[in-house]
Amino acid sequence: MYAFEFERPGSLDAAVKALQEEDAQALGGGQTLIPTLKQRLAMPSKLVSLKGIAELQGIAQEGDVLKVGGGSTHGAVARETKGIFAGLSLMASKIGDPAVRNRGTMGGSLANNDPAACYPAALMATRGTVVTNTREIAAEEYFQGLFTTALEEGEIITSIRFPLPEKSNYQKFEQPASRFPLVGVFVAKYGDRVGVGVTGASEDGVFAWKEAEEALAGNFAPEAVDDLWVSAEGMMSDLHGTAEYRAHLVKVMTKRAVAAAE
Amino acid sequence: MPQVSMTVNGKPATGDVEGRTLLVQFLRDTLHLTGTHVGCDTSQCGACLVHVDGEAIKACSIFALEVEGAEVTTIEGMANADGSLNTIQQAFQDHHGLQCGFCTPGMVMSAAALLKENPKPSETEIRDYLQGNICRCTGYHNIVKAILAASGQETAIAAE
Repeated sequence: MYAFEFERPGSLDAAVKALQEEDAQALGGGQTLIPTLKQRLAMPSKLVSLKGIAELQGIAQEGDVLKVGGGSTHGAVARETKGIFAGLSLMASKIGDPAVRNRGTMGGSLANNDPAACYPAALMATRGTVVTNTREIAAEEYFQGLFTTALEEGEIITSIRFPLPEKSNYQKFEQPASRFPLVGVFVAKYGDRVGVGVTGASEDGVFAWKEAEEALAGNFAPEAVDDLWVSAEGMMSDLHGTAEYRAHLVKVMTKRAVAAAE
Repeated sequence: MPQVSMTVNGKPATGDVEGRTLLVQFLRDTLHLTGTHVGCDTSQCGACLVHVDGEAIKACSIFALEVEGAEVTTIEGMANADGSLNTIQQAFQDHHGLQCGFCTPGMVMSAAALLKENPKPSETEIRDYLQGNICRCTGYHNIVKAILAASGQETAIAAE
């Protein structure tokens, strides 16, 4: 690792200020950033830990919306959303392993926007909102491709808002070595619409499978997507699975998620 | 150089560290608590697992300065007050839950965190919880048996 200064501000304002320094970088749980630093793939002058900021904590239902503080760990999300948002709780409970879940945060994961991260699928399916220290960003505007988001330099995710669905589920076809999804599909059913968020598959990162959303809005059953076809064009292809394989998995995981939704 | 202070196995510990000093380096190099192992250093193997404020954390994936003021427990803090092995450690010995022993500190710390959360885990729950602990001797069968025994359950498990 290259050397850097470490700062742990106690308030959001202090963190925003610390991040104004050139090459300063925010540190959430560090479960991606620390391995990245070890490989010398990043060279921040200063790391600003967000762990000591009370404003970024807390998971609460506010009417028909679930608000998750950006600093919430996966473990906290898994435990505290269990009776409120089954799909999200299930998703969080399967990220990494228990020690990673005790440290990694939702804000950190969404800011990183790994093309195979789990949370983007939930945020996209629910058409949730990323709230930062300066503004609110809708899911469809937030994700802008691999490891790319609408966040500006020094902007901090303070919370994430998910419209609560009637039913939801997440199906992850796991790459067993990394435990990242090879393909992951989140399905969220509302009174008047259905959201389908797909992660791990596309070269452009997370996407909403809109044809399936329309078909499922009319008939929320696995068979509703039988006649749909996912193109392999633009799907990721690597030693774990070809583009065609991933395209196929999108449909299979969608059907499983619909069947399991609760 | 910044200074960090924490409580390790019930005793106060202070030292000078760099921003980039990992908790595992502070434990091993500064405090000479070498029971916490570095297996992969890429946060996959779990040999460096310790408890920070009661939660299982990989000590290779957290900076020492992030642990300022926290209570840390390492494998050196697991034995009973009289120095004898605690229930989990004894169960690992009784059930041959180790071969080369390199992953064992992490396995024991992980098992302790699991049993605190779930005092009577099923075999499936144990295997699921240990996903982040890799045993290169692939001795998982006896590790699972040891944890079942430590939780006061039957150790008969399905052959795989």
